Order: sequence, then C-alpha cells, then structure tokens
Amino acid sequence: MTPTTSQLLETVTTRGNPQIDPSLHVWGWQIVLYLFLGGLVAGIFILTAALELSSGERARTRALGAMPFVALLLLSFGMSFLWLDLAHRFWAWRFYATFRPTSPMSWGAWILVLVYPAGLLLGLGSLDEAQRAWLRARTPGFLRGLLARLTDASDAHRRAVLLTSVLMGVGLGLYTGLLLGTMPARLAWNSAVLGPLFLASGISTGAATLLLLKLDENERRALVRWDLVAIGVELVLLTLLLVGFGTSGEAGRYAAHGFLGGPYTAVFWSLVVIMGLLVPLAMEAIEARRHLPSVALVPVLILAGGLALRWIVLAAGQASAFRLLP
Amino acid sequence: MSGLRKRYAMTVDTRLCVGCKACVLACKAENDVPDGFCRDWVVEDVRGEFPQLSAEIRSERCNHCTDAPCVKSCPTGASHVNEGGVVLVTHGKCSGCKACIAACPYDARFVHPKGYVDKCTFCLHRVKNGLAPACVDVCPTGTLVFGDRNDLESDVSKNLRTRRWKVNHLESGAGPNVFFLT
Repeated sequence: MTPTTSQLLETVTTRGNPQIDPSLHVWGWQIVLYLFLGGLVAGIFILTAALELSSGERARTRALGAMPFVALLLLSFGMSFLWLDLAHRFWAWRFYATFRPTSPMSWGAWILVLVYPAGLLLGLGSLDEAQRAWLRARTPGFLRGLLARLTDASDAHRRAVLLTSVLMGVGLGLYTGLLLGTMPARLAWNSAVLGPLFLASGISTGAATLLLLKLDENERRALVRWDLVAIGVELVLLTLLLVGFGTSGEAGRYAAHGFLGGPYTAVFWSLVVIMGLLVPLAMEAIEARRHLPSVALVPVLILAGGLALRWIVLAAGQASAFRLLP
Repeated sequence: MSGLRKRYAMTVDTRLCVGCKACVLACKAENDVPDGFCRDWVVEDVRGEFPQLSAEIRSERCNHCTDAPCVKSCPTGASHVNEGGVVLVTHGKCSGCKACIAACPYDARFVHPKGYVDKCTFCLHRVKNGLAPACVDVCPTGTLVFGDRNDLESDVSKNLRTRRWKVNHLESGAGPNVFFLT
C-alpha cells in the first residue's frame, strides 16, 4: 500500500520507517545463501585437504578429486548473491582498492581472492591421470603450458598446497561468522563465538556435501568421524553462545530472549538444534557403530540445518538493536 | 577527549524541545533528502501509565562517534572521519554493502535510492562556511546547540559544563557526540 502524504510525514519525522530502520531490514536471502555457501565451501576445502593429509594419498574417488573445482563454482555462485545484495553494484571494485584491517568484510573480500588460486592448486593436484588427460585435452593450446606447470607445482609442493587449503578454508569459514559477530550494534550477533560456530557448521555442511557423493569406504568413515566431531563442537558453541548472552546484561538478555521464548524459539530449536544437529548426530553415530549402510537423509538434514542456522541468526541479529532496549 | 584540533558536537535540550520536527524538515530541504527518508528524527519517549505520565522529546541524528563502529566496519574506506571528527560517507567509494548500517548502534544510516549509504553530515558544508547546521538554525526553541567541544568558550562546552546531560546508549562503546541535556 502506498502511504499517504501525512503517513509519510509521520514516518520520516519519527521512526518505525522501513526505509531507514535496520531492525526492519539490512540483509536478506542473498546474504543467507552466501554465508551458507561460503561456509560449505570452506568445509569442502578443509576436509578434502585433511583427507589427503591424513591418508597420505590422493582421493580414491574420482568425484572427490573434482570437488575443489565444484567448491570454487559454488563459491562463485555464492559471491554472485553477495554482489546482488550491494546497493551500489558497480562500485564493488572499491573493495579491492584498499585493505581495511578493522573491517571483517574487507578481510573477507581479500580472503575470497586468495581462496581461488589455493583451490585451483588443490584441485589440479587432486585429479587422477584420466581426469588430468581430460582437462588437458579441453584446455586451449596457449594455456596448456601454464596448466602443466601449475599441476607440476601442485604435485611437487603437495603438503604446502594442502596446508594452505586448510588455512584458507579456516579463514573463509571463520570470517563468515566474525562478519556478524563484530557488529556491536546488533545484539543477537554480538558474540565472538559466531566465528568458530559458523566454521564448525561450515565443516559439517561441507562433510554432508561430500557424503552425498559415492565414496570409498575409508573416506566415508573418516568424513563421518569428523562430522560427528564438528556437530558436537557446534552444540557446545551454541550452548556457549546462549550462556554468553545470558550473562552479559540487558543487551545479552534481549539477544538470548530471541532464542529462548522469543520469536525465533520454535524455528531455532526445531530446525537447527533438533533436525539439523541432534537427529543427524544420532543417526550418524548409530550408522557408524552398527556398520549400517548410510542414508542420504543425514546429509540433507545437516545441509538444511546449516542453512536454517544462518537464516535465523541473520534475522535475529537484524531484529535486535540498542534502540529497542528499555 | 580526542586528538583532534576540533571536535564538533551537539547538545539537545530535552527541556526546551516541543517536538515540532522543524529540524527534520529543515534537514530534508537543506540536504535534498529523498521522499520517505530522513537523516534526523524526533523521539517522543513517554513513560508511565495514564494519568501518571512523563515525556521526553529528543531530536536525534548520527552521533558522529569518537570511536565510530561504522568507520571501523567499512570495507572500502568510504565511511571516514572528516574535519572536526565529523563522520562522512564518500559516495564514490561506497559499494552499498550495508556493513555500516548493521554496525551503527544508533540506526542513523540508510541506503540512498542512488545506491550509496547516506546519513547526517552535521551540515559540514555549512559549518565550513561559518554557518550552523540547518536543523540548529531552524530550531524555534533553541533546543539544538552545535559547536566545538575542544573550544572551552563554545556554547556546547558551556552546556556540557553547566548542565546535567546524558548520551544515548553509552554502553555501545562508540563514544557518541550528541548530548541530551536533562
């Protein structure tokens, strides 16, 4: 409904105005999807590199070897949402005309740039001979020399490439949470726990994505084991998040109320805690102990839970402001 | 206080303000603020239950914080501290990422329809020419006083020395520079 002139005058001279009130809107679904995909990609990098580091050999499954490239595509997809969210889209290059050490978003912008070459090197070295031949055949002539050199470099310095990939993944996963956690004005984001929480959730959703692939039994077992740890860590961090809010005065109480009795209670406990963490945790643990065949439901629940976590945290933060405190 | 030579600040006398909202309209006219947006606003804070009521009327705007979270969160350097500690946005550097809007404890920022983030500038273009900000100039009750906090002879400094005052949400830790006289 278009407001009448008198209504317009009222909203621009007082508040409750959706055009200027961040508690009514700052970031929407674009940022939710970006944070989700960013975390998931971070998880894929960490896990594929960690699998190779721990086993000492290249991926046994072809699909797993190609995952770093898939991750880069997913990241590009996520970044396109980030770009869509910008209000001044053609000034996006300004992110790269400077580096602001106090701004997590600036760190993120530069981490994203560094993730691409790291992911490319990780991916080139993960391919088996047949995949390498396939890639070589489809690379234009003038790029073949570069491709060969990069692949050789990735093989020769494999350990350094793998460790860099883990580091980049950790940076990417942490920053998606710290981006929100360092906004003191949004009470329900105001916790440094969000950084490790989003990283743990990213590792778990990354594992879930890999578990959807047809994997070698050893790879599957390792991923399920790490996923169990990631989910456990997530549960601990979520508890710490709420404990932290509950013990930090009026602003923290307002933030905690959103999840404990307030408007986000039902979705948070049902979609994130129960369906996204506890049920997959139990199912994975039972599968692992009884050596049951795995079902695709577990990764799907984890992915849905990870998406819900970001959606709810993003919304809860924006609905909280100092202005709303008594 | 701060290492700046000048530290612009404002006092808002809540005992004089009648909530006429002339400050808002003067700002909209002076700064060509588009329809449906505002850089300053008036809060009528009513407490108690009828008939035992108390009201406080406050003309609010960007606090040009000493330790501004918007400036710290800006990834491009568009949000910056200008002359006298005034926090400004360079339009040509702003990508409209909205990090500053999320970071502002006073919800003083908004996305201009042209894409960049906009807010109160303390009318620095007027102040540089020896004029007061538009809201201060138009205020019919003398509620709003603008000046240099580092100049002990300024009206703002005198108000801060001789009157009781408070700031909005001191707990934000940002160091606001708009003071409400009570």
